[in-house]
Amino acid sequence: MTLRHTRQDSIWALVFAAWLVALTASLGALFLGEVMGMTPCVLCWYQRISMFPLVLVLGVGLLPFDARSSRYGLPLAAVGWIMALYHCLLYWGVIPPDLVPCGQGASCSQIDLQLLGFITIPLLSLTAFTLILALLIFAQRGIQK
Amino acid sequence: MNKKLIVVATAALAILVFLMGLYLYNGKKGQDSAKAVQSNPQSLVRAHSPVFGNPEAKVTIVEFFDPACEACRAFYPFVKTIVNSSFGRVKLVLRYAAFHKGSDDAVKVLEAAKIQNLYWPVLEAILKSQPIWASHDKPQPELIWDLIKDTGIDIAKAQADARDPGIRKTLEIDSADVEALKVTRTPGFFVNGKPLADFGIDQLKALVDREVAANYGQ
Repeated sequence: MTLRHTRQDSIWALVFAAWLVALTASLGALFLGEVMGMTPCVLCWYQRISMFPLVLVLGVGLLPFDARSSRYGLPLAAVGWIMALYHCLLYWGVIPPDLVPCGQGASCSQIDLQLLGFITIPLLSLTAFTLILALLIFAQRGIQK
Repeated sequence: MNKKLIVVATAALAILVFLMGLYLYNGKKGQDSAKAVQSNPQSLVRAHSPVFGNPEAKVTIVEFFDPACEACRAFYPFVKTIVNSSFGRVKLVLRYAAFHKGSDDAVKVLEAAKIQNLYWPVLEAILKSQPIWASHDKPQPELIWDLIKDTGIDIAKAQADARDPGIRKTLEIDSADVEALKVTRTPGFFVNGKPLADFGIDQLKALVDREVAANYGQ
């Protein structure tokens, strides 16, 4: 009984951590866009589309705790992770920028913000999605045991 | 139960941090803007800038303005009312921040109208018909000529005047001042050199009232 209880606790902690990352990333994206006035490019929008619902899906999964919410969050995290990876590859020049699906508006390969020389917005996004994906996969493993 | 409290408290804390960031960022932006005015006081008003209201008024609203910008269109009647109801104590100086495609063509029409002393009626006609000519992805500023006919402007003369290369110079000066004063969005307001840090019509009114009180006593 106690063992089962601790496992539930650790799954909760994993989902909570994933939710916390999604919350931070979402509010951060809103701050960059709405407060600092940076226009999100098309790829940023696709990443937002994956990130914002994670806050709500995992949030509902925590109130009250439902371990299966990690399963519902996984596809969102996976899609967002792929988008963020593509965006980073574009930034680093691995993918030539003429493949960028951007017409009008903000360019996806133009670097607007750089911290410490190498941290860019897509890298922050990739980090967040990687963390969420890993945490949710661990939560899934915990359930299946 | 305890866990739910943790989640709710975390969400509340996150929103609080966001709002604090918002407050601090806006405060810093206001300071930067004020500093930019201090180091470039000549950038606020230029000799070519159109003035609305009593030229002797001690309170000057400088508005960085884009003829294709919807917010500028929405603000215009309020700003006009502020000037008109000020008993000659407030004047408006318009500066161009031609951020949108087609805006510079609209500016050429305005500058041509200024020569015929029809600046403000033509401005109002251009703003009124903005949805027709100023779609952001497909602006059609050439439609403006037809849309301002009712102001009584001499179209043939205005079209010739609009080709004056001096207008390009005006646009260049204004756009350099936009950069110097760190104006990033339109409409951008300065009242007697003080930037409107917190954007909004009520905030603008309050700032103007403060300057009127400071310059004319209450």
